[in-house]
Amino acid sequence: MFDFLDYSFMIYALIGATLISFLASYYGVFVVERQMSFLGSGLAHAAFGGIALGLLLNIEPLIIAVPFTIIVALGITWVKEETQLSGDTTIGIFFAVSMALGIIFLYLKDNYTADAMTFLFGSILAIKKFDLYAAGFMSFVTLLTFPMWKRWAYATFDKELARTDRLPVLRDDYLLSVLIAMTVVISIKLVGIVMIAAFLVIPPATSRLLSHSFRWMTILAVLISLISAYTGLMISYYRDLPSGATIILVESVFFIFAAIYNKIQNK
Amino acid sequence: MNKGIIKADHLSVSYNDMTALVDVSFSIPEGSFTAIIGPNGAGKSTLIKVMLGLISPDSGQIRINGVLPQKLDKRYLGYVPQFKTMNREFPVLVRELVYSGFTSSWPWAFGKEKNAIAIEALKSVKAGHLANRPIKNLSGGELQRVCLARSFVKNPSIVLLDEPAAGIDAFGEADLYAMLENYQQEHKATVIMITHDWQVAKHHASHIILLNQKLIKFGEPEIVLEEQNIRAAFGHLGHSHPYRKNGIVNV
Repeated sequence: MFDFLDYSFMIYALIGATLISFLASYYGVFVVERQMSFLGSGLAHAAFGGIALGLLLNIEPLIIAVPFTIIVALGITWVKEETQLSGDTTIGIFFAVSMALGIIFLYLKDNYTADAMTFLFGSILAIKKFDLYAAGFMSFVTLLTFPMWKRWAYATFDKELARTDRLPVLRDDYLLSVLIAMTVVISIKLVGIVMIAAFLVIPPATSRLLSHSFRWMTILAVLISLISAYTGLMISYYRDLPSGATIILVESVFFIFAAIYNKIQNK
Repeated sequence: MNKGIIKADHLSVSYNDMTALVDVSFSIPEGSFTAIIGPNGAGKSTLIKVMLGLISPDSGQIRINGVLPQKLDKRYLGYVPQFKTMNREFPVLVRELVYSGFTSSWPWAFGKEKNAIAIEALKSVKAGHLANRPIKNLSGGELQRVCLARSFVKNPSIVLLDEPAAGIDAFGEADLYAMLENYQQEHKATVIMITHDWQVAKHHASHIILLNQKLIKFGEPEIVLEEQNIRAAFGHLGHSHPYRKNGIVNV
C-alpha cells in the first residue's frame, strides 16, 4: 500500500505538501477574513515574473521569485496605505505588470514551454530538496511569529480598535504581506500559479463555515488543508493526475459538505 | 469631583491642510459625565483620538491624570468605538470579544479564569446570557452592551464612548445610559461621550464640551446649552434643542 514511498520524489512531495499546506492554510485564514483573496492570486502572478527571470538567467527560479514577490507585496501594501487607490486596483496593476515582464522574459528564452507549464499548473515531480528547505525555513519563521497571531487576529477583527490599543497595525500589515508573499512563492510548484488563490482560500473558507471562533477557524483550516493535500497526492499518484488540481478538487469537496452542513445548522 | 482629571491646554490639531481643533482648553472634573457635542467636522472624534493617544497635537497638549495619553497605562482607559469599522461577520464568541478588552489582544486559548472575567463584565451590563453567542447573531443593541462590557472588563477609571447610541432603538439607548451611570457611580469613574443628541447631553451629562473646531463653551449643561452658544456652534438651533418646541423657537 505504501509502495509510493519507494520513490524519493514522493517522499519529497509528502514532506513538501505537509509544510506548504500548513503555511497556506495558516496565512489563508487572514487572507479570507481580511477579504484579500485577490492578493493571493495577484502575488502568484507576480511571482511568475520572478520565476521567468530565473529561468531566463538559468538560476533556481525561487531565488529570484522570493525577493521579486516580496517587493511586489510591499509595493501593493504601500500603494494601498499611502494613496486613495483600493486594494484590488493596486493588485490588478502589479499583477499585470509582473505577468507582462514574465511573458517577455520567457519569450527571450528558447525552449521554455515545459518549465513554464510546471509553474503554471504545479507538479510534484518539480519539488526538489531546495524547495523543502525553503518550506522548512518558512515554517520555522511561522512558528517563531506565532505569538503575533493574537495581534493579527485583533487587527483582522477591527483595525481601528487595534490601533486604539496601540498595536503596531501598519507594521504588522507589511509583515503579514511579506509572509503571505513567501508562502505563495513556495506553494507554486505544488499547486501552480493559477490555483494558488484557491489553495490559500478554500480550507479557511471551509473551516469558517464550521467555526464560531477564530482559533478554531485557524486549527480546522490547517487540518482540512493537510488532509486534502495527502488525499490529493495519493489520488494524483495512483491515477496519474496533476497534483495541484487534484488537491484543490479534494479541498472543494470538503467545502461543499461544510456549506451544506452550515445551511442545515442555520435553518 | 472638583479635581481635573483630563486637562486640555491650548490644543490644536490639523490633518494635512485641514484644521480639526484650534486652541482648545478645558479641564474635565474627576467623576463627571461629560458629553462632547458639535456639528459634523467639529473635531469631536479628533478630540477623542487625542485622548486615546492616536493623534499627537500640532501644539498644546492633553494630560490625563497628569500624564500624556501615549504614556498612560492602557488599563486606565476603557473605549467603546463606533461599530462601523468592526467586522461583524468575524468568527468570535461574545466572551472572547469581551476578554480581548482585558489584555488588548485576541485570546488563543480560553480557560476558566478568562471565562470568569468575561462573564463578570457581561453580567454588569445584564448580558451574561450572551456569553456563548457568536457576535454575528447579535442585534445592534446587544452588540453595544457587549462593547460596553468589553470597555468595563479592566475596571477603567475613564470610559470614552464614540456615539454609543448610533444604530440602537430608544429602549436600548435608555438601558445603555442606565448601565453607564451605574458603572460611573459604582467605580467613581469619569465618562466622556460623543453624542449628537441634545436631550441626552442635557439629561445625562454633568458637563458639556461644545465644539466647532474651537471650544465654544465648556461647563454645566444649563450654561452651555444657551441659545447664543448653540448658534455659535451650529449656526442655527437644532430640531431637538430644548428651546425649540413644536418647531417654533421658544426662548
